[in-house]
Amino acid sequence: MKFIVSVLIIALLSLAVGLFFPWWTIAIVAFIVTSLIPQNSLRSFLSGFTAVFLLWGALAWLISSNNDHLMASKVALILKMGNPTILILATALIGALVAGFAALAGSFVRKK
Amino acid sequence: MRILPLIISSIVTTGLVVALNTKLLLPAPLGKLLSPQQGVWQNAESSQASFSEDFKFPQLTGKVQVYLDDRLVPHVFAETDKDLYFVQGFLHAKFRLWQMELQTHAAAGRASEIVGKIALKHDREFRRLGMVYAAESSLKEMEKDPQTKLACDAYTEGVNSYIASLTESSLPLEYKLIGYKPEKWSNLKSALFLKNMSENLAGHDNDFEMTNAKNYFSQEDFSKLYPSYQDSLDPIIPKGTIYGKPSIELKVPTDVDSIYLNKTDLAVTTQEEKPDRNNGSNNWAVSGAKTKSGSPILCNDPHLGLNLPSLWYEMQLHTPQLNVYGATFPGAPSVIIGFNDSCAWGVTNGGRDVRDYYEIKFKDKSKREYWYESAWRKTEFKYETIFIKDSANYMDTVAYTVFGPVMYDPSFSGGRASNSRYFSVRWKAHDKSNELKTFMQLNRAHNYEDYLSAISNMKTPGQNFAFANKAGDIALRTQGEWPAKWKGQGDFIMPGTDSSYQWQAMIPFEETPFQYNPTRNFVSSANQDPADSSYPYYLGRGYPLYRGIIINRRLQDMNDITPKDMMALQTDNYNVFAEMATPLLLNNINEGALSANEIKILRLLKAWDYNNAPYSKGATVFDVVWSNFSKLVYDDEFKNAPLVILRPLESTLLQGILSDSAYKFLDNITTPAIETLADNVTIAFKNSIEKLEKVQKEGTLEWLKFKDTRVNHLTKLEPLSRLHLSIGGGTHSINATKPNHGPSWRMIVSLTSKTEAYGVYPGGQNGNPGSRFYDNFIDHWAAGSYYPLWMMAAGEETNARVQWKMSFTN
Repeated sequence: MKFIVSVLIIALLSLAVGLFFPWWTIAIVAFIVTSLIPQNSLRSFLSGFTAVFLLWGALAWLISSNNDHLMASKVALILKMGNPTILILATALIGALVAGFAALAGSFVRKK
Repeated sequence: MRILPLIISSIVTTGLVVALNTKLLLPAPLGKLLSPQQGVWQNAESSQASFSEDFKFPQLTGKVQVYLDDRLVPHVFAETDKDLYFVQGFLHAKFRLWQMELQTHAAAGRASEIVGKIALKHDREFRRLGMVYAAESSLKEMEKDPQTKLACDAYTEGVNSYIASLTESSLPLEYKLIGYKPEKWSNLKSALFLKNMSENLAGHDNDFEMTNAKNYFSQEDFSKLYPSYQDSLDPIIPKGTIYGKPSIELKVPTDVDSIYLNKTDLAVTTQEEKPDRNNGSNNWAVSGAKTKSGSPILCNDPHLGLNLPSLWYEMQLHTPQLNVYGATFPGAPSVIIGFNDSCAWGVTNGGRDVRDYYEIKFKDKSKREYWYESAWRKTEFKYETIFIKDSANYMDTVAYTVFGPVMYDPSFSGGRASNSRYFSVRWKAHDKSNELKTFMQLNRAHNYEDYLSAISNMKTPGQNFAFANKAGDIALRTQGEWPAKWKGQGDFIMPGTDSSYQWQAMIPFEETPFQYNPTRNFVSSANQDPADSSYPYYLGRGYPLYRGIIINRRLQDMNDITPKDMMALQTDNYNVFAEMATPLLLNNINEGALSANEIKILRLLKAWDYNNAPYSKGATVFDVVWSNFSKLVYDDEFKNAPLVILRPLESTLLQGILSDSAYKFLDNITTPAIETLADNVTIAFKNSIEKLEKVQKEGTLEWLKFKDTRVNHLTKLEPLSRLHLSIGGGTHSINATKPNHGPSWRMIVSLTSKTEAYGVYPGGQNGNPGSRFYDNFIDHWAAGSYYPLWMMAAGEETNARVQWKMSFTN
């Protein structure tokens, strides 16, 4: 339950800060959330990772589908990532790693 | 708190963020780029995107409505000029900001700021050519004139209002990819944009190359290789036109033979060979006597480098006093090529030589004084600081003499000049002028007098302005402020120690060759010589011949012309050069010396109808054989020539052989035998077989595949470019589409009581590569199709073509 709540809160707050602040503020969000909701380190990491993986993946996929993947196929070639699917997965993974490690750090704030 | 794990995982997180937000570790800041809420995903325009929007800007005096049609062409309805140009600037920026800034940065010699060291040579060249100096002097004129000042001020405010509205996520894609932000627009940038067009169209010269050629070849050979007049010429203003006595009497320097025409001491051998100059523009107008409707039709297809986003942006501009439609330049106010309710106009490049060099004698290496009119004169200096992305600044010092900036000196050869001497450039584009006024006035022109008054402002780049109106007039003027030159002046590097070689005067407006309602009922131009040799001023050399010949031949024969006939003419792939050259090859080839395979390929050429049609194989065979023939004929003579030299034009070789089958250069001077035309043709054909067979094996023998036309994104990034286009044509066809150069805007205007107009350009209205409007015209353009150009009238707001609406209020 804590895991799902963490994932939801991180995803929602990441979406919100993304509207106004630089992309890397997802790290601050994940850090704060896992420092407040007690879980073990692995679960903390996974909650940050999962939240932003799903959020960024979904956003990228949604934008790209509405665009008939026109932009993604061009940018994928420029970044040498082959096709739009890989680009969407790469997007999700990048956000997920940053949020995951920030969430891990957050979990160490609490006293054991 | 678990301190150590906290520190370690925090460091990892920070490290990740830094790596993904900068280029320190990765080639691109992937996190920043791929963030769905700020990165490139934000530039992926929804296929259902709405462009309707309401804007409020305190700078506006009233309301402006913009109706965007199904091709995303804006129809701007404003109450005042000020509001009109504000919105034009805003829309240019909204759809094309990145290219506007890139092009003006490049014009100012600031490309290194964006792309780094790779552009340093370009930047030094443009600074040394005095591009900013030229733009500043032109800006002064533009701001002296109340009409152009008002337009520029409003335009600049419009662009800046858009820039001010940008956020991290709405930045154009290219800024995100390259990693920088736009700076503010200014009137100077509009002037720079126009100066960039001058550089593109009137910045061409062969002075170093020709000087080398003159020094290397005997006088007799030189005049054969680089003739100043060609027999089959059909000039813009027809042969037989009577020109009055020139009002300017030019004083030819007394020592012209000894120290100019026959002086032989400049030779540069270490540099690259210069490519042919690209051109291909056509325009013509026919009077009502030749059309089905009884009204004139005007056509224009200016040829330029093919790029994405396109140089052009289509617009209709409307106020109670003005209603004009056409192609605009993102970067400057007004419509450049188009039509209004009374008339239409179009341009081709004049192409005369307006850039000359003078050798400067400095007292010493400090360059502080130079010898001029028997005295030492003080040099002026401009200090140029070039900022280079990811590198230290580059400081350059440019000396200015009475002639202009010292472009080439020991520190900068530009790949063509000697590295030990000093050359000042005298460039017409440095002179005061206000070209923008030409277009402001043409947009508002009603009649022939208005047209004359408008184009009298066009000084550089000189253009052949075709004109037609609803009153039934047609006209064409080889407009420009042209230096009056004595024969040969400026063909070579000139001495700069006194004034005797300087330009003495400009040809008066009244003495510019023109045609107004001629008896042949049409006017035309295709970059060829403006007039025949009876014109009293020297016109230079090297104009292309063949498109003019075929256009005039076709127009002569055509009657009851409709816009549809004009579409067929603009996209005509017939190669009149090949029509003259192919029989010469076929009649002289020694078929007995050919193998069975070679005969097979020869048959393709024999069966060819001289059309550079997309799927023609004969066109490819001709192209390869002719270029081998030309190599074979001249290679021996040019083998030891300095590299900074021009090869003779294709027309020179063809004319040479047509007039003399024992053309001097046919003989290979490195062999004891005397080679004949037949020997050359046969060997050239055999030399071509290897390449042709290879091409055939690769499946690219068809002309469109062999030519392989592409439209490059300005960064040359392939995923943003359009490659392998299905299009025929070529250098000598009216459809002069080359691999990366071609008709940048095709327009046909029938001046019936309700104007009927068609047009297309190889691009799309939205500069954003993530938009479906980025390149949606390209296939249509390649196929030779046109869009009807809709001159929207007040009251048509509910027309089905209107897809979106923007409202601007204060």
